[in-house]
Amino acid sequence: MSPLTHKLFRDLNRMKAQAFAIAVVIGIGVAMQVMMTGLVLSLSETRDAYYERYRLAEVFAPVARAPNAVARELAAIEGVTSVETRITGTASIDVDSRALPVFGRVLSLPDGHDPRLNDILLTAGREINPDHAQEILLLEGFAVANRLEPGDRLKATLNGVQRDLLIAGLAQSPEFIYSAAPGEFLPDDARFAVIWMGEAAAAAAFDAQGTFNEALLSLNRGTRLETVLDAVDRVLSPYGGPGAYGVADQLSNRFVSEEISGLEVSATGVPPIFLAVAAFLLYIVISRLVQSEREEIGLLKAFGYSNVEVGWHYMQLVLVIAIGGAVLGCLLGIVGGRSIIPVYTTYYKFPFLLFRLDPASFVTGVTTSIAVASFGGVLVLRKVFRLAPAEAMRPPAPADYSRSGRVGASLARWLDQPSRMVLRRITRQPWRMGGAIIGIAAGMALSLSMLIIYEGFDVALDRSFNVIDRSDATLSFAYATSDKAILELRRVPGVTLVEPFRQVGVTFRNGLKEHQGAITGLTNEARLYRALDADVQQIDLPPRGLVLSTALAGVLGVGPGDEVQIELREGRQPVLEVPVTGVAESLMGAPAFMELDALNALMGEHGRVTGAYLAISEEASTEVYQDLRDLPAVAGISLRSEAERAFKDIMDQGAGSSRYIMGIMAFAITFGIVFNAASVAQAERARDLASLRVIGFHRRETAFVLLGELGVVTLIALPVGLLLGNAMSFGIAAGFSTELYQIPVIFAPRAQGFAVAVVVVAALASGWLVKRKIDRADIISTLKTRE
Amino acid sequence: MSMDGQIPSQPAFRAKGLTKTYGQGHSAVHALRGVDIEIEKGEIVVLLGPSGSGKSTLLNILGGLDRASEGEVHFDGQNLTAMTDRQLTGYRRDHVGFVFQFYNLMPSLTARENVELVTEIARHPMEPDEALKLVGLGERVEHFPAQLSGGEQQRVAIARAVAKEPEVLFCDEPTGALDSKTGRSVLRVLKDVNERLGTTILIVTHAAATGAMADRVIHFADGKIREIVRNETRADPEDIHW
Repeated sequence: MSPLTHKLFRDLNRMKAQAFAIAVVIGIGVAMQVMMTGLVLSLSETRDAYYERYRLAEVFAPVARAPNAVARELAAIEGVTSVETRITGTASIDVDSRALPVFGRVLSLPDGHDPRLNDILLTAGREINPDHAQEILLLEGFAVANRLEPGDRLKATLNGVQRDLLIAGLAQSPEFIYSAAPGEFLPDDARFAVIWMGEAAAAAAFDAQGTFNEALLSLNRGTRLETVLDAVDRVLSPYGGPGAYGVADQLSNRFVSEEISGLEVSATGVPPIFLAVAAFLLYIVISRLVQSEREEIGLLKAFGYSNVEVGWHYMQLVLVIAIGGAVLGCLLGIVGGRSIIPVYTTYYKFPFLLFRLDPASFVTGVTTSIAVASFGGVLVLRKVFRLAPAEAMRPPAPADYSRSGRVGASLARWLDQPSRMVLRRITRQPWRMGGAIIGIAAGMALSLSMLIIYEGFDVALDRSFNVIDRSDATLSFAYATSDKAILELRRVPGVTLVEPFRQVGVTFRNGLKEHQGAITGLTNEARLYRALDADVQQIDLPPRGLVLSTALAGVLGVGPGDEVQIELREGRQPVLEVPVTGVAESLMGAPAFMELDALNALMGEHGRVTGAYLAISEEASTEVYQDLRDLPAVAGISLRSEAERAFKDIMDQGAGSSRYIMGIMAFAITFGIVFNAASVAQAERARDLASLRVIGFHRRETAFVLLGELGVVTLIALPVGLLLGNAMSFGIAAGFSTELYQIPVIFAPRAQGFAVAVVVVAALASGWLVKRKIDRADIISTLKTRE
Repeated sequence: MSMDGQIPSQPAFRAKGLTKTYGQGHSAVHALRGVDIEIEKGEIVVLLGPSGSGKSTLLNILGGLDRASEGEVHFDGQNLTAMTDRQLTGYRRDHVGFVFQFYNLMPSLTARENVELVTEIARHPMEPDEALKLVGLGERVEHFPAQLSGGEQQRVAIARAVAKEPEVLFCDEPTGALDSKTGRSVLRVLKDVNERLGTTILIVTHAAATGAMADRVIHFADGKIREIVRNETRADPEDIHW
């Protein structure tokens, strides 16, 4: 081994704490990259394979009731490769754990052959025997959550008739990877049921012999989706179709796709921050090393080593740290990816999900860390090259403070000498201090912005469940019914308040912008569920005109005073121009509100409702549920408490632990920066500090001169990090917010406090480590050796 | 604690049986092997000897920068060997000053501010400008170390050391990094300080000629005092050549 290699290893050993701190920062950046690209790859490949193998449809066309023969017309549409039709319906299922039935979807499967589209994966039990009408397949997630197994019986009411069904098997489907109940955006397996029945059995149960009410289509590659949708709508409109939609608008697929694109954004946005910080750290640490070894460099050059040989020696040091960090990052990334996959499979029901590494991410991770670290190194090498041997072997002149030093002059009266030393060092090397400040602030902002988002979720939770919706239960009817049903509900003992609503499926249009949604008709006397403005004040619904949610107003690009075109998808399906009179805050979905009578008037009807919000007295709740479940025409009842609990569970599991990961990341960056900055400052100023000790400064006073500087850096970084973090949270919230749900950006005191605390603790910890070094320094030998 | 009103005969330092050993066993280095010495107040003492003879070790122990392995040192009646770290810091702060070969000025502070560094924490300091005038740098108080020559930097270091009006000034190779002309001017300053303020001065040096300006010259060899020479008259620094 060459002596320079020996020196390399000894240098590394000497600066191992600093090298490790830098490697960790690189490692986190690389780990994020490896993990997230791996997740993107795993999720998207698994999704694509799942969709392909189980033939997920590309077009979904619900229809009120169409004769089977219509399927041939659909198949004749240009670009359509295959058509499958099915009968869908709802079932209220009795489960032991719950006083209220669970409302689930019923889907028919063709008798005697596999479905051409939307095939299912049998995970347990056996297939349905078409001769036995009571046999069903049950969605696996629901079965597991409710401890149901093949062979068990299931009591369910279909079309008003209670049936005793036999669970033949359990199934998964690419249609239900993400299973959020309607109106909710977080999955709750226990309350999301899908029943598959034989076609004949389903037709019998729903009086739908010879008809279908949903068509599924697959398309030729390259076919224009909009053209097909228009053609399908033309074919189905005589049969009362609410409008066909593409798989991109399919609920489960949308959730999965949005998760993947969110990960993609993080995978490209987060790692560079870590790598940039690492490059900065390497630069200051290696440049300090070169400074302190100028004599050795001069000597080597005097012996005849070339610039390149000497430069390569220091470059190797940079590379060892960079590669070490990158390898650490790859390992962390694999471990992180593997351990996060189970979290994904609890939310996303894939039949299999293996963490697939993207080999390219290793290459990218390692090469970018080397490139970025080398950039820091090369800047230092210029100094090495410039040193002439003779000059290098003379001690350096004292650092010149004469230009920047005057900054302190005006403050002189206010500051003692140690404070002046702190101030002058900061002003003499503003770029280095700036780099440290920006680095700490960036690390802090990264964590803070995510913490703000999580706190935003908490606010969303509170606002959705305690402010906007104050009902105990939401009941929906199978179809628009007379408001006499409301009177009936009011008579149920224990129901303290009933407020009707009507929901009508609508296509909103503004120019080319379009959104498939619904208008909710509410009364102005409503107290349980209200349209609220940004100040959480109830919006008065006008006799004519729409109040749009912020999300919908954003999608359509309209505000109060504008007009939007609405196409009602029910009844005679009128197309109307309606003024927007207000914008309401909403956190879930993209609702639109109208006064109930005004909505009925648009429909040319009177006194129709599709559901009601209920307040139920707590003591009587069990009896109330018993009464409600026996009411005819009830299509669903959802309890606010259950939705809230599901939300909380998820926040406590997934998001809750991410909070700590974010904390660790901020800590690592701050610690890396402060510890390295402090170590370098300590090495550079060992002589100053020893002089102070000799003069008679106590340890604490001496430490102040060094740590004061870092204190100032940290103190400046804190507000910068807060500002940056809050600004970033707007971007992230906007990125995460979809038409499905909106993440409010809020003033998040807990998040800010946590982020500040993490940075301060990291700064104190590194300060303490460096102070220990100062205390142990040998004063005499420091003063008697040349710099 | 104050030096005022002390009995003149009492020495500034009284050291007995000082030994200093670095390391243990075979690798142990015996820097001092039993040194007894008394330093009078107001004396200029030059410590001479080859490298490793123990002169700097003695200086460091007397100055409170290091501790003896065995033996006792009394400064003005106080036992330095029994002091805690904190007390030693206080001793350095209040009673003694140091001048080193490499000046050890704070590059981020001007000449005056370097002196103020000491006067801010000292009990009875002189005015910083007065200290700088004493070393002949009255005109350059606003300069940073980078703007001063080596001799000027060393004079600032001396001004910094004397500004607190210490009882004792320890100088470890104060002229070691300077040419002889500049070195003489630095010695001149030391002598002035001694004469005007009555400061006891201990100078460690390789340059034997420096001994001529001292009251006593202590020769060191192998961790012991080999010889103590008392000069009848103290030579003027200008007459010293090396």
